[in-house]
Amino acid sequence: MASKKRVVPEINAGSMADIAFLLLIFFLVTTTMDVDKGLLVKLPPWTEEQSEEQDIKEKNIFVVLVNAQDQLLIESEYATLEDVRRLAKEFIDNNGDGTCAECRGLRDPASSDNPGKAVISLQNDRGTSYNMFVKVRNELLGAYSELRNELATRKYGRDYESLSEDDKEEVNAVYPQFISEAEPVQVGG
Amino acid sequence: MAQIKKKKKIETPPLSTASLPDIVFMLLFFFMVTTTMREVTLLVKLKKPLATEIQKLERKDLTTYIYVGAPKNVALGTEPLIQLADQIASVGDVQQWVILQRESINEAERSKFTVSIKADVDAKMGLISDIKQELRKAQSLKLSYSANPAASAEELYKAY
Repeated sequence: MASKKRVVPEINAGSMADIAFLLLIFFLVTTTMDVDKGLLVKLPPWTEEQSEEQDIKEKNIFVVLVNAQDQLLIESEYATLEDVRRLAKEFIDNNGDGTCAECRGLRDPASSDNPGKAVISLQNDRGTSYNMFVKVRNELLGAYSELRNELATRKYGRDYESLSEDDKEEVNAVYPQFISEAEPVQVGG
Repeated sequence: MAQIKKKKKIETPPLSTASLPDIVFMLLFFFMVTTTMREVTLLVKLKKPLATEIQKLERKDLTTYIYVGAPKNVALGTEPLIQLADQIASVGDVQQWVILQRESINEAERSKFTVSIKADVDAKMGLISDIKQELRKAQSLKLSYSANPAASAEELYKAY
């Protein structure tokens, strides 16, 4: 009997790279590193008694109404989306009682006392489109971030985003954010 | 004296490709780990609104999504509906569901729990407000209106 030495043939690993590439390309294509982005909002806690009356002076409330036709009414006057940011900034920065040293407002006695007291009330109809609501909400947030940015530039000579956490807090203390989203009512239409 | 010069042929050694699979595997594992396949199949049409003041939601595991939009299935009509996970749900289910989702994350981080509303541009605020009320009842107060980044504020005015 002739004993033949069997040689196990070696597996060619040359195509390994090809297979790995194939998988790599598959994952490259299917991967979605999408981070969810959105307007961050804090809701007020739920209370049983719905009408929680708070004593806020009329002049310290900035009322933005959006009706079912997506039309805007700001402080009882017709307005367009372009006006929202400017009007909101004027209102927040008004500084009627002069307690806000950092503000550059017009000091109109008929408008808000200081940014700490200024409240923006956004009211919408049940028929308002979500698109419009987000746009208006965006403008209101934009008004605050513009004011904070301007203050950061004046005080530190830098963008708000590039400030340290402590400095950000300080800027936020000057312009705290008070935006209230009222429960929708049927405001016509 | 004759000097015999041995002519040495300088050859560049061939580049070894043996480590190529390793490099490719490394990349492969990276993408395998970071990849997230869409975990829910959307049952509603979703076209997110545009906005400029958006912030990133850092922690995906602490976020729960509520989808709102017109159903893809025409038999269900054209009115926007709510989708929770893989099912169409009603407003009444939201509270219970959000509480369940919050229970599932560990206690130390429960305060960072955020609900992200991914609603279609054509949805009406009536439905969104109802969801907001439910969230308030569930004591889940951190909310994000999911939006796509807009190039500039002017772009928003144009569409208006």
